[in-house]
Amino acid sequence: MSETLILSARWAKPGSATLESYRADGGYAALDKALGMEPSAIVDEVKKSNLRGRGGAGFATGLKWTFLPKDIRPRYLTVNADESEPGTFKDRYIMELDPHMLLEGIALTCYALDIHLAYIYIRGEFAKQARALETAIAEARAAGVIGSKLLGKKDFPLEIHVHRGAGAYICGEESALLESLEGKKGYPRLKPPFPAIVGLWGKPTIINNVETIANVPWIVQHGGEAFAALGVGKSGGTRLFGVSGHVNRPGVYEKPVAYNLKQLIMEDAGGVLGGRALKAVIPGGSSAPVLAAHEIDISMEFDAVKAAGSMSGSGGVIVFDESACMVRALARLAKFYAEESCGQCTPCREGTNWMEGMLERIEAGHAVAADVARLEQVANSIAGNTICALGDAAAMPVQSFIKKFKPEFLAHVELRRCPCGDDGWGLTQEPRDAVAGPMRYAR
Amino acid sequence: MTNQAGGVEGLPREKVEQFDRELAEILKRYPPDRKASAMIPALRIGQTLFGYVSPAVQALAADRLGTSPSRAEEVATFYVMLETHPFGKHLVEVCTSVSCSLTGGDRLYAYLKQKLALAGAGNTPDGRFTLREAECLGSCGTSPAMLVDEEMHEQLTPKKVDAILGGLT
Repeated sequence: MSETLILSARWAKPGSATLESYRADGGYAALDKALGMEPSAIVDEVKKSNLRGRGGAGFATGLKWTFLPKDIRPRYLTVNADESEPGTFKDRYIMELDPHMLLEGIALTCYALDIHLAYIYIRGEFAKQARALETAIAEARAAGVIGSKLLGKKDFPLEIHVHRGAGAYICGEESALLESLEGKKGYPRLKPPFPAIVGLWGKPTIINNVETIANVPWIVQHGGEAFAALGVGKSGGTRLFGVSGHVNRPGVYEKPVAYNLKQLIMEDAGGVLGGRALKAVIPGGSSAPVLAAHEIDISMEFDAVKAAGSMSGSGGVIVFDESACMVRALARLAKFYAEESCGQCTPCREGTNWMEGMLERIEAGHAVAADVARLEQVANSIAGNTICALGDAAAMPVQSFIKKFKPEFLAHVELRRCPCGDDGWGLTQEPRDAVAGPMRYAR
Repeated sequence: MTNQAGGVEGLPREKVEQFDRELAEILKRYPPDRKASAMIPALRIGQTLFGYVSPAVQALAADRLGTSPSRAEEVATFYVMLETHPFGKHLVEVCTSVSCSLTGGDRLYAYLKQKLALAGAGNTPDGRFTLREAECLGSCGTSPAMLVDEEMHEQLTPKKVDAILGGLT
């Protein structure tokens, strides 16, 4: 079966980021088509497409759009380009290699929802991607694609701006993102009200992930039903799966939403590095509960991964081979969440640091068996007790790693050292040059 | 022009003028009554021009954006890319998050510590480098990675690190 590539089809082309190249490949034709449609018809196509949010939550995009109050203006669009979760590295390639696809998606969304001002909130570390977007926006503005008219013919003022963050994972959480965009520290807001009702500067705001919005041109061009047909059930289209860690061909692979996880790792990504045995997989970004090797023969569709006890999340697949120390891996994840907790809620602020410290002690062989139980207890105390999902995101890896790999934790306690040796990372013994091929785009 | 909050006190006049020019460009992105939204960009401009986000830079940004210095301080201390203390001429940040760690990030960090003769994160005595660990840089598929002065370098080896650092002025 030939595969449909919606998002990554143009990535390998030289000069793919330019307006000229995008137009030569039929870019902005969807916007041209849309200008002859009722805005509500675009929303209907997106609803029919079964497009679900690609930032991690998987919420139905068309449904989210309908939450905007009918009579309040102005309203805003904010594109979430704050890609920062370990294992997640896909949106950057859309912005870097096909930024006009994102801009066309933004223009279509704004036209459909009567929005005249859009911000792309991009993480501060993505300097190169921010520059690519700035260049593309300047090109689009100079060519009259956006500005006072759309494509130079439809009176519909539209401005798109880039807003660079300054290093804070929490700003990927939609309400923290809004606080940051308003020039404040990124403290998540209590919800409800949701941003679609009370968002940027108190006005209705739609927030969608980069990949989500980048799908809109294809949906408008080919119809929602065609997009839905690429997926299964209430999940349409393709997804960008990022595969990293111990695989032979790490990279971003565009596959149908319901693609098989085992096939993705063992075939597309070239299998486990060095021919070692697979130990574990995190299927959807670092907050997704870990799967043991025997659990990965599943569909990556959101509900299917949920049924398997984890999350498809952002599609960031992290692979661990048999030589990896799971305690060390978890300690590393815990350090991330402790660093990135915004500190607003006590269970998260205190709990993430506590977990980090306990995991360091367990990994170093300085803990007793009761500490493993205590660690689990702390994770359980954070989950569900915070304003935003970062608390849950920090707790889920701890809960799942202990559940699936408890003997490794206890071995650290009994041996009073790490059984995997002083490094604990297996492959780092080998120079990366010898194992890594060039970055792979799609297939 | 000075202000009651002392926004430009101790800051060189010509650099303040440049700050104002650059900020004026950024402010075009926000509605005129929402100037405070430009706090992060304003502090970034200040960091580039004045070396780091000192209390004077915070006060300057707050003044120009019509908000309080405490708001500027909150932002300056919340985001890791805003430096509230002087740092080295070159900022080297090695990703040691999980995917990078799995493929050599930890070893790379150890190598850099050795190369720069540092016991851990910090500044070299000559003020040339600041080394630290970074949380996920979004280079998981091209790991290990590091940022040097906000430019990303990927698929690194000690040899490549030598070449990158050797090429800095």
